[in-house]
Amino acid sequence: MAFPKLNMMSYWVYFVGGVIMMASFLMPGGAAASGWTSYPPLSVISNNAQTVWLISMVFLITSSLLGSVNTIVTAIQLKAKGQNFMRWPIHVWAQVTTAFLLLLAFPPLEAAAVLQLADRVFGSSFFLPSGLVVSGEKWAAAGGGNPLLWQHLFWFLAHPEVYVLILPAVGVVCEIVTANARKPLYGYKTMVYSILFLGFMSFIVWAHHMFMTGMGVTLSSFFQATTMIISIPSVIILTTILLTLWGASIRFSVPMLFATAFLPMFAIGGLTGLPLGLTASDIHLHDTYYVIGHFHYVVAPGTLFALMGGVYYWYPKFSGRKMNETLGKIHFWTSFVAINFVFMPMFFMGSKGVSRRMYDQTVYTHGAATQSWNVVMSTAAFVLLFAQIPFIYNMFTAWKTGKKVENDNPWDATTLEWAASSPPPHENFPTPVEVYRDPYSYSPTTGKVLPQFAPQEG
Amino acid sequence: MKEKLAKAWHDVFEGVGFDYGLPIDISTHGSAIDSLIGTLHYFMALLFIGWGIYLVYCLIKFRERPGHKADISPKNYSIPKYLEIGIVIFEACLLVFFSYPVWAKLKTDFPDRASSLVVRITAEQFAWNIHYPGRDGKFGKTNIDLIDGTNPVGLDREDPDAKDDIVSINQFNVPVGKPVIVELGAKDVIHGFFLPTARVKHDAIPGMVFPLWFETKETGEFQIACAQLCGVGHYRMVGYFNVKTQEEFDNWLLEEEKALTEGE
Repeated sequence: MAFPKLNMMSYWVYFVGGVIMMASFLMPGGAAASGWTSYPPLSVISNNAQTVWLISMVFLITSSLLGSVNTIVTAIQLKAKGQNFMRWPIHVWAQVTTAFLLLLAFPPLEAAAVLQLADRVFGSSFFLPSGLVVSGEKWAAAGGGNPLLWQHLFWFLAHPEVYVLILPAVGVVCEIVTANARKPLYGYKTMVYSILFLGFMSFIVWAHHMFMTGMGVTLSSFFQATTMIISIPSVIILTTILLTLWGASIRFSVPMLFATAFLPMFAIGGLTGLPLGLTASDIHLHDTYYVIGHFHYVVAPGTLFALMGGVYYWYPKFSGRKMNETLGKIHFWTSFVAINFVFMPMFFMGSKGVSRRMYDQTVYTHGAATQSWNVVMSTAAFVLLFAQIPFIYNMFTAWKTGKKVENDNPWDATTLEWAASSPPPHENFPTPVEVYRDPYSYSPTTGKVLPQFAPQEG
Repeated sequence: MKEKLAKAWHDVFEGVGFDYGLPIDISTHGSAIDSLIGTLHYFMALLFIGWGIYLVYCLIKFRERPGHKADISPKNYSIPKYLEIGIVIFEACLLVFFSYPVWAKLKTDFPDRASSLVVRITAEQFAWNIHYPGRDGKFGKTNIDLIDGTNPVGLDREDPDAKDDIVSINQFNVPVGKPVIVELGAKDVIHGFFLPTARVKHDAIPGMVFPLWFETKETGEFQIACAQLCGVGHYRMVGYFNVKTQEEFDNWLLEEEKALTEGE
């Protein structure tokens, strides 16, 4: 990294934030109980764990900010000789775009978290209106604030945050797919511009989370339009990866299985965003399990599967050994089946109108009518949990007993990280490396792989 | 707890509790929402199945095998481009012809107050207070200092307009076929006023009052659900939404009025 000390600070601030977050579960009176959205006034009037939660958030946000600065500077300043922007692997583009999103979107939330902290600790009223009556008693605060102000500040981060979660996953999938399809990525430039456009658009769609808060015609029209627009680069990204498979020679390694499964599941997550992005259909689906199904399909079968694929893919890079293939396949197939049984029923429940965050939905008639889906989902969630045992076992045992890689580039990949030996020595590259060509290159004459770092064909 | 679990498992094996799809719709505006949701799901299914067939075909046809080589020559396909342009046009049509008109009608085209039932609904942890203006059609003054166990909205009964006001807890009675205007507010935290069967949803936010309207076309007994996390009792913040005939509704109002005068 460009700033090693900043990197270390980012880590330790993160560590402290994580410990505080975990500690908040142990507070007398129970854990923070206003959801990750932490909407005031509920979050301001709730138990003390919320204060601890907010302090932890300030640490975690600070850590993210430091990390994002470091990522941006490293990627731009420490390019190898011959590396220019249009030779970056998609993964680097995705990480840099993500870092920019964090850098620009997190400060408003950090400010908002401090304001909410002030409301709780110092008795201010940034987010509290006048005339609050809680449990029959007038709430002792000056009032005059606005609960919706929090929602705007919160979603100004939290929408880009969705792309913070999904873009690195898209980058990982691109690396795995190109290496295992044995051909260049289809439409590299289209992909890069789509990612950048997606990053930009993610800043101007946030209020689609707030359609039910009394939004009028003008504002909702704007946010519906931007929401429909942001679906376009998402479709292009998916199409580009799919087209890469046309005419390929697909090697079904374990990372490729995860990357392949990512595609249809990410598609489900993306497509189910459409009815939520249009106000008319959102009236019925807003705040129901349909929403939960939608974003989990993006970040659980989507992001998580990509990340697991990434672990299998880069494991030989940092250990010099491959993870066990059979265990990997068991892990993949059980996870793939289970995770769909966890999240698919959410759409059925949500379409009936079951609200999110219910302790017991059978209180409602429509909840009782869909209760059995809950049983299926819980069972599948446990299966999914146990399906991770072979993965964790594999990850630890392969370090010592995994099959040694035959060379430094076991996947025959094209990108720069495979120029270092596997595992890499201290400082990664003993001699400076040079980049000679685009990522994902193959020789037009022999069809053989042409890594970015290879001086010539051969 | 044990009995509950036993019942849950029993239901699973009996195939009970696996309902899906939209609930019945008793509102006049709901069919537009439902048809948009339906159209979108056909569109989504079409895209997904199309992509799926393509993906499976690729995975089989282009799998690694002896004698098969990847085609690495640069490509520029035009079909996906047309497909994407088609998607853009389709989405734009949904936006302009389906979603905008429904929202505009709900937000700006309010029915005449004189010919509608106007009620105030004030949400609190964890109940719905429904305030009817009574025969005079005027809401009495409210004051938060007057809120107590028997007066959940702080109605000032000294006010002449308040004399005939009716406040019911969790019982939302409306006459069928008459527009209803709801003035929605909250006392403590944000709640989500949700009538699943009438395709009505709106956040109830303290410090603000939002008007919303709907009209029913069928009688029946339904529920009010809370859509927004409002505390530990969120799950049981159920209200009852009773759509009555005009006659039944008038009788109910008369009974409530009688109870008011007897109470004095």
